[in-house]
Amino acid sequence: MNAALALFLHDLRLQLRHGTDLIAPLAFFVLATLMVPLGVGPEPNLLARLAPGMLWITALLATLLALDRLFQRDFEDGTLDLLALSPLPLELAVLAKVAAHWVTTGLPLLIIAPVLGVMLHLDTGSYVTLEISLLLGTPVLSMIGAFGAAVTLGARRGGALLALLVLPLYVPILIFATSAIGAAGEGLSPRPHLLLLASVFAGGIVLVPFAAAAALRNALE
Amino acid sequence: MKAGFAGYRLFCRRSERMVFAGLDFAVGSGGDLLLTGPNGSGKSSLLRLMAGLIRPYSGRLEHDGMRLTDDPAHHREIVAYLGHQDAVKPMLTVGESTRFWAGMRGRRDKAEAAMAAMGLTELADLPGRFLSSGQRRRAALARVIAGGAPIWLLDEPTVGLDVKSIAALEAALAAHRAGGGTVIAATHGPIALPGAGGLNLAEFAPDDVTGEEAA
Repeated sequence: MNAALALFLHDLRLQLRHGTDLIAPLAFFVLATLMVPLGVGPEPNLLARLAPGMLWITALLATLLALDRLFQRDFEDGTLDLLALSPLPLELAVLAKVAAHWVTTGLPLLIIAPVLGVMLHLDTGSYVTLEISLLLGTPVLSMIGAFGAAVTLGARRGGALLALLVLPLYVPILIFATSAIGAAGEGLSPRPHLLLLASVFAGGIVLVPFAAAAALRNALE
Repeated sequence: MKAGFAGYRLFCRRSERMVFAGLDFAVGSGGDLLLTGPNGSGKSSLLRLMAGLIRPYSGRLEHDGMRLTDDPAHHREIVAYLGHQDAVKPMLTVGESTRFWAGMRGRRDKAEAAMAAMGLTELADLPGRFLSSGQRRRAALARVIAGGAPIWLLDEPTVGLDVKSIAALEAALAAHRAGGGTVIAATHGPIALPGAGGLNLAEFAPDDVTGEEAA
């Protein structure tokens, strides 16, 4: 467990030192969301209706931006060989890397999202649900993304392939998250939607490390 | 510390091409093995296979009579692998990197001694992006030394090293063997491994390109 924590801190430190890694997804999230009122006009009711979907779609795309760096650099510089041979099981190493990835991509989105919500006239009753949905959903984005990144590792032009592979898998998260926010906005209980989102999270955290580790071993062969 | 490591009738196939066929090897504790052979004869493949990164097409690897596939976790504890790449991160200092990898094996306290052994003490606070290729190689070797695994698998450990660093490496290898450790190295470079067993991979080249059967 100490080794997993050490790997988490190591990855966190690396990503924080690559400043652009941290800024790029966040800047994309903010800029893409800013485009929405410019594109559809500043009408508050329309924006309020679009807000949950737009926030979540831009969040999906923003996390996609940072995925290829999850394993690509480690693969190219030989670090992945060493991780695969380290006493720490590769499954736990994957989990530690995903956690570090989430802290540097998902967490900043979670923090900035309410500000963008105000800009899009998101219903006042939806903010708590928006945050809970992001808290449950963005780690799953990182997990599914890690699986996709591991599978496409070593493929030429893997970036485009990665997006095509991962986006369809993001669909359930998008649906559950936006329905939860929508329900909260209409004064209904977002609970069932959030529970479904939580179950996707629970499934992901169990399955993804095994799937991604298997794909990584395959890439190293 | 007993570390008898052996392989029997190993075949290695890389993307439809048989690299070597019917290869046997055995190294006792405190022993070492120098892999030789022309380019493309499979030295690197054999080392990756010994490390467990790739699976043999057929044949088996054993450690103290136990098949590696039966206990891969134990195998990861006992081998240290140095590949072509140095895995030195541009944004991390030599010290941070060495301490991290030593820590992954629960030996964070051994990092300073390992850096000293490879003459890296003065470079400990230098980020990886400022290192020369020889210095990166030394950082990678310091990681192997700090890890303390009994079996070292070294792929061209001397690449980029100057005379002084090669001497430091030879001293480290001698100390490792004196402590009962095993060294298996592939090299074209000048390195002294007194009393090393040799294995010439050219002898295990498959008969034809498809390499269905050899030896």
